[in-house]
Amino acid sequence: MSSTTKDAAILFEGVGKSFPKGDGTRVTALSGIDLAVPQGSITGIIGRSGAGKSTLLRMVNGLERPTEGRVTVAGRDVGAARGSALRHIRRDVGMIFQHFNLLASRTVRDNVALPLEVAGTPRSRIRPRVDELIEQVGLQALADRYPAELSGGQKQRVGIARALATDPKVLLSDEATSALDPETTQTVLELLARINRDLGLTILLITHEMAVLRDIASHMAVIEGGSIVEAGETHKVFTRPAHATTRSFLSGVTGATLPAFIADRLLSERPEGPSEQVIRVTFAGDHATDPMLSLLATELGISANILAGAIEEVGSHPFGNLLISVDAMRADEARAYLERHGLLTEVLGHVR
Amino acid sequence: MSANLIPILWDATLQTLYMVALSAILGTVGGLPLGVYLATSQRGELLSSPWVNWVLGLVVNATRSVPFIILVVAIIPFTRMMVGTSIGTDAAIVPLTIAAIPFIARLVENAIREVDAGLIEAARAMGATPFQIIRKVLIPEALPAITLGLTLAVVSLIGYSAMVGAVGGQGLGDLGIRYGYQRFMPEVMLAVVVILIVLVQLVQSLGERLAARVDRRAARNRGN
Repeated sequence: MSSTTKDAAILFEGVGKSFPKGDGTRVTALSGIDLAVPQGSITGIIGRSGAGKSTLLRMVNGLERPTEGRVTVAGRDVGAARGSALRHIRRDVGMIFQHFNLLASRTVRDNVALPLEVAGTPRSRIRPRVDELIEQVGLQALADRYPAELSGGQKQRVGIARALATDPKVLLSDEATSALDPETTQTVLELLARINRDLGLTILLITHEMAVLRDIASHMAVIEGGSIVEAGETHKVFTRPAHATTRSFLSGVTGATLPAFIADRLLSERPEGPSEQVIRVTFAGDHATDPMLSLLATELGISANILAGAIEEVGSHPFGNLLISVDAMRADEARAYLERHGLLTEVLGHVR
Repeated sequence: MSANLIPILWDATLQTLYMVALSAILGTVGGLPLGVYLATSQRGELLSSPWVNWVLGLVVNATRSVPFIILVVAIIPFTRMMVGTSIGTDAAIVPLTIAAIPFIARLVENAIREVDAGLIEAARAMGATPFQIIRKVLIPEALPAITLGLTLAVVSLIGYSAMVGAVGGQGLGDLGIRYGYQRFMPEVMLAVVVILIVLVQLVQSLGERLAARVDRRAARNRGN
């Protein structure tokens, strides 16, 4: 990560986790994790199911203990804490869940009050604090309803209000939007981004959806087979993905995908005779808005067909992604020109 | 049926209700914490202590294996120690309670184990102590199932209470045997059976209503 480890809200140092197996050997879930989650950031960890991201997240509030290395939250070693010391750390770390985990027997108000009751807050102080939290997530009208009467998005808002009740420094999000439809996902992500901004709360989230990182994460890490294969500021990872896993996650979200009629005809090798090369061009940072394709045409006389494309914002940086095809004879020349001007290119294949 | 049998039936009904109510209350006082402990002391659970759990499970199973009528006579010395006599309605409450505790404990254990593990995880993440998790999460969330379990236990106790006539426990079952069978008065037997059916019906529907009242898991009209 670009930030120093000193101002990290959460720090993983050489963290590993293995479980004993029935036959006496051990299964390694995580190994050699070094990661600093910067104070005030929204850091996203992406990985496929079974990659170990859930175990990693649960080490931050001691639901799992590392078998190697150290996890510290605001300088406190979580793995070494026991009993009441661990419970105090947990009150400084809120957590929201994929399946919300609300108590069916309690109203919205009483669900939000639970962490305060657990922390021993006096009853007279619980009520106003709960009202404030419910207002913060916009659920005033539903305060006396039971979870069964709420939609998924509303339930997650209750989960967020509950997680914020004890004024934590860090919020952990365990696939918080994975059970929600795209529209609701968007509103929940906006709420998380607002909380991060307004309260200066550090958010560490895990997801298997790159779109979540694109939309709210300032920093990200990619986890694969129990190790972090790539980490950094989100816009940098999006522009220059170094690892194959990162690229495969990215292909789903950046700059649209190839239209089916082209994807079907795509050849990995350049065929005999006249053909076109299909190239992914990534515009990042300051170059995202430059008219590079028209410059390509006027300066080199190479015309490019635009197949798909999009310009969006990643980690508050403009980020463009264009799929083009150019005459295969002059493709190398065109790519060299674009690279020289700060764009990134990737050959996807050829079409006749 | 002659009119002088009515007071006898009435008395027997009250005796049955007394035995069942008291043994159900005592059985819950013993069975609820035992059930919670059985559920939470399993390996990897909140109060994980597999050995204690194994021993308790063994005791519970052993008690539940003994046919009730044998339990009644087998513990006569214990009964005499507890209530000073081994005969009568009060004496009957001892074996009824001893049978009820492990039964209720298993019902409570099952209800607690049905609580979504995610809720326990959420409570642990809040910094809750195991005791807070039991009191604020496990028991309230399992309450609908516990209520139904207790209903089942009370219905079973009504049946058991008919057997305590063997130690002079009196009540409806005893009346049915002594008058209906030994004195060849089939109308008494019939009356006893009808009263038992009515009792069981009442207990069952009351239990179901209570369970529905505390059950907030399904969306439904507000205000109830």
